[in-house]
Amino acid sequence: MPLWKIAWRSIQHRAVASALTAFSMALGVALVVAVLVIYHVLDRSFRRSSQGYDMIVGPAKGSPLEIVLSTVYYLQAPRGTIPYEIYEELSHGRFATEVAAAIPVCIGGSYAGFPVVGTVPELFEEFRYLGDRPYEFEPGGRNFSPDAPFEAVIGATVARRAGLRVGDTFRVTHGLAEQGGHEHPDEFTIVGVLKPTGTPNDRALFVNIEGFWKLHQHDARHGKASEEEESVNPMDGDGDEATSETEAHDENHRELTAVLVKRDWTNSAKALALPMQVSKEPGVQSVIPTEEVAKLFEGLLGNIQTILLIFAVLIVVVAGIGLMVSIYNSMNERKLEIAIMRALGAKRSTVMAVILLESILLSLGGGAIGVLLGHGLIGAFSGVILEETGVRVSALSFQTVELILVPGLIILASVVGYLPALVAYRTDVAKAIASGV
Amino acid sequence: MVFPQDESPLLVLRDVRKSFQEPDGGELPILDIPEFTVEAGEQVVIVGESGCGKTTLLHIIAGISRPDEGQVRINGWDITLLSEAECDRFRAENIGYVFQTFNLLPAFTALENVLLGMTFGRGKPDVARAKHLLERVGLAHRMHHKPRQLSVGEQQRVSVARALANRPKLILADEPTANVDSGNQQAVLDLLREGCREENVALILVTHSPEVARQFPRIVRLPDINLVLTRK
Repeated sequence: MPLWKIAWRSIQHRAVASALTAFSMALGVALVVAVLVIYHVLDRSFRRSSQGYDMIVGPAKGSPLEIVLSTVYYLQAPRGTIPYEIYEELSHGRFATEVAAAIPVCIGGSYAGFPVVGTVPELFEEFRYLGDRPYEFEPGGRNFSPDAPFEAVIGATVARRAGLRVGDTFRVTHGLAEQGGHEHPDEFTIVGVLKPTGTPNDRALFVNIEGFWKLHQHDARHGKASEEEESVNPMDGDGDEATSETEAHDENHRELTAVLVKRDWTNSAKALALPMQVSKEPGVQSVIPTEEVAKLFEGLLGNIQTILLIFAVLIVVVAGIGLMVSIYNSMNERKLEIAIMRALGAKRSTVMAVILLESILLSLGGGAIGVLLGHGLIGAFSGVILEETGVRVSALSFQTVELILVPGLIILASVVGYLPALVAYRTDVAKAIASGV
Repeated sequence: MVFPQDESPLLVLRDVRKSFQEPDGGELPILDIPEFTVEAGEQVVIVGESGCGKTTLLHIIAGISRPDEGQVRINGWDITLLSEAECDRFRAENIGYVFQTFNLLPAFTALENVLLGMTFGRGKPDVARAKHLLERVGLAHRMHHKPRQLSVGEQQRVSVARALANRPKLILADEPTANVDSGNQQAVLDLLREGCREENVALILVTHSPEVARQFPRIVRLPDINLVLTRK
């Protein structure tokens, strides 16, 4: 009979204690798995979200990270505006030879709490998301037309949560309604709903930039510009943003909050130098989104992951100590069993191995349950995570790093199983048989 | 490792002495056996009062305890000269043990308990033989039952099958019928003796029951071979 089977029978014989011990191990491992998977999925999603374009030109005011957070993730309001001319220089001016695609972006206003982005239809044609996936529309939908200023396309989450469909109309709220924001009278008509992308774009409404400007020209004609300065962006009621957005849609002074750029790498030296060249222009700075996201992850989120991992590993270690206590406490009543095995010819090292195997089986069994539990939890909350963050996670998002759990748990089980195994090793056979315990 | 020195008898104890340490530090002599031999296939019963050293003698023959002095030669091997691991292996391959309290492992089925008797030797556990032995002791229908699901008589029969499982040269039985109800005592004894006879296994059975003892062709009174008891 193989030794693992002897160990397994022993585990079965103490089913309740074994199940509780394995469960505590499972909880610890589930936490480790959840931390690892969520961090890696976030990391990948954040990095991929910014890969459709490899450079952003934004206002000189504020930090590069702020430009990325506002332009890529819509997590805060833009800190200022840039002249429309910089877009012209990038698309067909001085910098055009190093640029494969340039898309103007003007972020401001909201609908049902979701940000409204003024842009051009090429955004969904020139760029890919999550690596190399093209944007697609739900059946019956299409991209908005460059010639129809009040057409719009909306993200999948917006459509679901706000109950909007193709053909519906919406009005852009300038600022938060509860903070005194007001609705623009002009209505946008939805002509397309994007299929879910798992990117922040699921949670935004995209309107023709011409219509976006017209809204504000209309406001300006009705003397509302001054009011807008009090409440502009739903994500940030800061006066700076108010000013910048108001400037952005001045009739004779079109401005943008950013330009998304895909560089042309035919001449890689020039493409590499482009950010520095563009940053020399007055009032603008160039940002490489991947670099900023990497800095964010390595500088801040990396530390958070380390702290979470330390806590999760500590929980596993505590579960390991629980395992040791459980097996150690059972050793008293098992001395006779060990003595019988010895009397049947088992060596000291053999009974020691049986106890170590029992510890390893419990750890790995608990660990396996923990992996399933961790991924199950991720799967169960994937909808909430997608809704709240725009990041798509799946119960099947396995990470290579999870494989470390196998040798890790074996080592932990061997260490914590050593003490009870030593008790087995030292059992006095004659004494145990004579005393019958 | 010590090499076999001769062919027979199967078991030779020579000048074996064993003492236990008393709580006050003094020594309590238990065994002092100048010579005791058992031939291959022989069935011997050892009788004596409780506490006269019968179980200690079996432990020494099994290599579970070491004598303070003397030789314990089984099938030509002096097991007192073997390392502990070698002695364990020797026991696994040459000796079967039947305990007074059966000592089946509670987590295992009857079949697995018998297989356990073959697990620690050199060969692979032979499931067919284990099943055959259980059939032989009348437990074909109880193979997959755990000890708690068996009567005491059935448990001891499993214990007999387990002792025979590794085709030993010698079976040591320590009061095997003492805890069995009177209806099953003779059945267990018969199974044990017949099993040993069929497989040409020597049997040393320890008992304080005259009824059991008188069925054996050779009865050894421990006081007759143990000088510690003679001196008392």
